[in-house]
Amino acid sequence: MPLRITRAALEQIQRHAAGEHPIEACGLIAAPCAAKVADRVIPMRNQAASQVWFSFDPREQLRVWNELDENDEECRVLYHSHTASEAWPSREDIAHAQDPTLHYLILSTWPEARHRVRSFRIVAGRVFEEQLSIQE
Amino acid sequence: MSVSVMVPTLLRPLTDGQKKVEAQGETVRHIIDHLDSRYPGIKARLVHGDEVHRFVNIYVNDDDIRFASGLGTAIAPGDKLTVLPAVAGG
Repeated sequence: MPLRITRAALEQIQRHAAGEHPIEACGLIAAPCAAKVADRVIPMRNQAASQVWFSFDPREQLRVWNELDENDEECRVLYHSHTASEAWPSREDIAHAQDPTLHYLILSTWPEARHRVRSFRIVAGRVFEEQLSIQE
Repeated sequence: MSVSVMVPTLLRPLTDGQKKVEAQGETVRHIIDHLDSRYPGIKARLVHGDEVHRFVNIYVNDDDIRFASGLGTAIAPGDKLTVLPAVAGG
């Protein structure tokens, strides 16, 4: 099953990644529980502020996750950018991808990247690329 | 004392699908040990060696315990423990 996100959400995360470059951008796309399409982009602060690493600020994450719970929403997609490599999960991306139900979307802001945005499921350390379906 | 523990979606298969469970203890370490006695296997997902597992964040109320006393962080009546998956990569 492809990842379904709105075009507005895609463009918002692309702007976020471009704006943060060369620092890795990160965030999530939320959806109402059981909704087919994820449309609410929540950019997060990259606490690491690094060109090769990202981490959510734990305090910000708690605030956002409590808000999702109050709104009956769920985190559907975790996204981050690679600023000097292809849009493909790194070894650390794979190690941290503990939730097989999430979609992991990676953008590349590297000028030489062949693909700008790709989406994946990561299950028990195995990477499966999935189709990205953009809803207008 | 008894406190509520919020369990992330990822770990709910270990707590019989429950999002919120109760546990007893005076420190986070005691709480986790008590949880593991009721829901075997959960401790291994929360703790590595004698530290918080790198793939989770544990909060007492709004505070990440890594910035308090880690697993030794004291629990007071009415406190709420929340576990979230740590999000990182590169």
